[in-house]
Amino acid sequence: MIINHPLLGPRDAAEFVVLGDACLIDRPDGMNSASEEMHDYAYVRDNPAGEHRELWYHEQGDRSWLVVTRSTLTHDVIKVELARDVARARGRSR
Amino acid sequence: MTQAMRIDGGMVDRSRTLSFSWNGRWMTGYHGDTLASALLANGERLVGRSFKYHRPRGIFTSGSEEPNALVQLREGAAQEPNTRATTIELFEGLNATSQNHRGTLAFDLMAANDLLSPFLSAGFYYKTFMWPKAFWEKLYEPLIRASAGLGRLPMQPDPDVYDHGFLHCDLLVIGAGPAGLSAALAAARSGLRVILADEDFVPGGRLNAETHEVDEQSGADWAAAVTAELAGNGNVRLMTRTTVYGAFDHGIYGALERRTDHLADAEDRPRQVLWRIYSRRALLAAGATERSIAFGNNDRPGIMLAGAVRAYVNRFGVAPGRNIAVFTNNDDGLRTAEDLSGKGIGISAVVDTRQGNTVVDTIGRGGIRAIRLGDGRRVEADCLAVSGGWSPNVHLTCHHRGRPVWNADVVGFVPGGELPPGMSVAGAANGTMSLAAAIREGHGAAVGIAEDLGAERPPGTPAKAADESFAAAPFWQVTGLRKRAWVDLQNDVTTKDIRQSHQEGFRSVEHLKRYTTLGMATDQGRTANVLGLALMAESAGKSIEETGTTIFRPPYTPVAIGAFAGRARGKHFRPHRLTPSHKWAEENGADFMEAGMWLRAQWFKRPGEKGWRDSVDREASRVRKSVGICDVTTLGKIDIQGRDAAEFLNRVYANAFLKLPIGKVRYGLMLREDGICYDDGTTARLSESHFVMTTTTANAVLVFRNLEFARQCLWPDLDVHLISTTDGWAQFAVAGPNSRALLSKVVDDLDLSNDAFPFMACAECSVFGGTPARLFRISFSGELAYEIAVPARYGDSMIRALMKAGEEFDAVPYGTEALGVLRIEKGHVAGNEITGQTTARMLGLGGMLSRSKDAIGLKLSGREAMNEDDGMRLAGFRPVDRSVILTAGAHFLNPGDPADMAHDQGWMTSVAYSPELGTSVGLGFLKRGTDRIGETIRAYSPVRDQDVLVEVCSPHHVDPDGVRQRG
Repeated sequence: MIINHPLLGPRDAAEFVVLGDACLIDRPDGMNSASEEMHDYAYVRDNPAGEHRELWYHEQGDRSWLVVTRSTLTHDVIKVELARDVARARGRSR
Repeated sequence: MTQAMRIDGGMVDRSRTLSFSWNGRWMTGYHGDTLASALLANGERLVGRSFKYHRPRGIFTSGSEEPNALVQLREGAAQEPNTRATTIELFEGLNATSQNHRGTLAFDLMAANDLLSPFLSAGFYYKTFMWPKAFWEKLYEPLIRASAGLGRLPMQPDPDVYDHGFLHCDLLVIGAGPAGLSAALAAARSGLRVILADEDFVPGGRLNAETHEVDEQSGADWAAAVTAELAGNGNVRLMTRTTVYGAFDHGIYGALERRTDHLADAEDRPRQVLWRIYSRRALLAAGATERSIAFGNNDRPGIMLAGAVRAYVNRFGVAPGRNIAVFTNNDDGLRTAEDLSGKGIGISAVVDTRQGNTVVDTIGRGGIRAIRLGDGRRVEADCLAVSGGWSPNVHLTCHHRGRPVWNADVVGFVPGGELPPGMSVAGAANGTMSLAAAIREGHGAAVGIAEDLGAERPPGTPAKAADESFAAAPFWQVTGLRKRAWVDLQNDVTTKDIRQSHQEGFRSVEHLKRYTTLGMATDQGRTANVLGLALMAESAGKSIEETGTTIFRPPYTPVAIGAFAGRARGKHFRPHRLTPSHKWAEENGADFMEAGMWLRAQWFKRPGEKGWRDSVDREASRVRKSVGICDVTTLGKIDIQGRDAAEFLNRVYANAFLKLPIGKVRYGLMLREDGICYDDGTTARLSESHFVMTTTTANAVLVFRNLEFARQCLWPDLDVHLISTTDGWAQFAVAGPNSRALLSKVVDDLDLSNDAFPFMACAECSVFGGTPARLFRISFSGELAYEIAVPARYGDSMIRALMKAGEEFDAVPYGTEALGVLRIEKGHVAGNEITGQTTARMLGLGGMLSRSKDAIGLKLSGREAMNEDDGMRLAGFRPVDRSVILTAGAHFLNPGDPADMAHDQGWMTSVAYSPELGTSVGLGFLKRGTDRIGETIRAYSPVRDQDVLVEVCSPHHVDPDGVRQRG
């Protein structure tokens, strides 16, 4: 499997560690959210047959966290973004 | 013997005679032979015994699809079982023996199984051996184990070396037959970077085995000419003896190259290389595999696929018989008779099913002597060439779950469904069965790929050849037989087994496969599967299309585990990381243990010490009485800098960090988002924007990964940067009442008095007159203690200098065992307590959890079930009988309660012998443990057969008020 790193180009998947669903970016603020919301964040994941946005970490590389959009059916990699850019686009900042 | 069956012609080099040993007898062959062709040249027809019935078997094919001729190759530790004689290149001194028989090959005692065959049909192991139940373990299983399997392993470590390699190309061509060569040539001429891989040692595929002409020369000569051009092209990597065994994601292919298997002596070069090939496009030109026909006793030595007969005659110059019969359902099979008469070999019969003729039985136990025809006639024959048609080698097209489709024109399954992205197929593998068409298709595919990849159009046109007839009429089995007819030779599956599978309801192809084991042997049923499916279709009264096919997984042919391991074996499987003081520790009697990938000293043995306890007790005592030194470099170190570093730490630690003063260290507790503790450590503030964090040795990688996650994914605009400095600094704990005095001799110009440098102080400083250093006043032992760090390159000098400076205090080095004793005495938690299942409150650290901020895990740590007042709490334990040695893992019970989980009160996590207290001490989790100090309970360990009374006490066995570490 090959991941096309936005900064470093195509890299073998063996250089990466996968974490799972990219919804982990959307962490609720612990001071201003219900426990249920944090519970869902910690435990609840979709398990789609098809397109899935995943967090991959380039541990044997530049240590970028990436959001890889991948088909769980064909293993096609559809899009690769820096997780930092995705997080900012989703309104995360400081 | 004198190669009595050798005939003129072929591609063997008669000037290079090679001697080889078969079952202890010496024979000769020629360079260019396979073991199979050399055995046939010497008239050896019986080469093995079948898997289940131990039937005599001979060479059946001329390639990697061979089901019968599996042998043990080489001797001693290098011996390899289940090697196909048809793919072994002959070399001087080759030693092979037959396998799967008791007694000699000719008189196999296990052949009695053949007489028991009525009881050993499909699924017999599901039906027999069921009762009496007690017989299973004592009788049936040992019997089955003794008779199972084919070859025998040498039971010694593999002495050979295997390598891994990585290759990149524009086009990977799999198979160097007519289609593959034609494609590789066109692609190379268009300037593409091409890899051409073929499992054979001579490129050409069937061209070497047939008498076709290409471009007005023999097919073999054309193949040699194309190969020569490719070999001279710098863009082409020509890989013979290389099997592409799997198609993986994103154009990656696995290939196994056999580098020295054809040599008598590898001279320490890698035996095989496992390649990972990254391709932009791949062209599968793997050809086709011939299949058999089911008729009575169709498994005797001397019965051979027709294409294999032609290969032995044309390529190897060997006659598989002197009087050969041909049994075919197609024109390709008929060509065998032409080739044989061209060589002057006798033909006793040509039986074509399309004319209504069949072979119903064969005669000759150790090897075929005659055949019986459908009309009852007996015809003498010492070899029977059988062709039931050709099955395209679609295997790699299935590796992404593509499902082949039935093509009635070629009477075979051709690639269907979705191919692995980037793959195309040409030639016989694609169902393009005639020579000229295969060459054209290979060429055309390469031209299309070149255009696709933006390369120039190659000059030239495809080579010219004739389109021979491959007309075939489906014919699978001779019906109305009284004799058994084999379908899968390697797993001994007969037509009766397939009928039985149908009768017993195992009718889908997937059930058929698993119930009868059709196609589940080492050859994956390459000569058998299609025949088996066709018979199932006939039984069910369905078409083959409706019946469908099973699909293939990697590997195409077996790959040795050693090749997958490559160099990663023995100590290279998991390399050790060595601490900066490792060499010094070795010189000083250290005994090492593994901590993650690190090797750490666990104790330092001194003369006169009888066991490890003597050393550990001495080390722990010296720390409490004077001073000891321990290498703690393995703890994870993370350098954290930036304007928002303090804010960042405050969000990843569960306790407060925002107001940690410069020059101070704080203990920190990390939670997972679910509120469970996962790591602890200390973090020092060196300046307003500069912190140094330590983690546990085991979690160094995980903590760093999680911090990067928090930094990049959760708070991308915090100004904070991380770098791992675990290997950058050598760090030593200097612990004990004399530690200050010792370090005063070491550290330059730094006031170490309690007022100037109190407990939990830190500073950047220098040692021994200018060597940069960092000093932290932290204590894991509970004594007055420090940790001092120097750049790793000074680590070896530092331990020697520290020990020298400590001589006047009789300083000792101490290892991880004494470290453990000291922390258990002090009641500090470690990996035994922070197990990923424990909360801060259980650990007695509940007070650390901040309620006035958000940090990872804080929200969910407040959940009700994790905060029950009668939950487990950390406590200390001592045996009532002070001479008892406690057991970690023991469970606590109230006295008088039965020993079951319903009455469980908790468990012991850590124990040690405390030289300070002269008794065994423990830590553990006990229900409401904090409130039960002074109680006496049972510590019960059925595993260690121990049941003792223990007294509950504070986990801080030594210096509970922390006076010493603050002194």
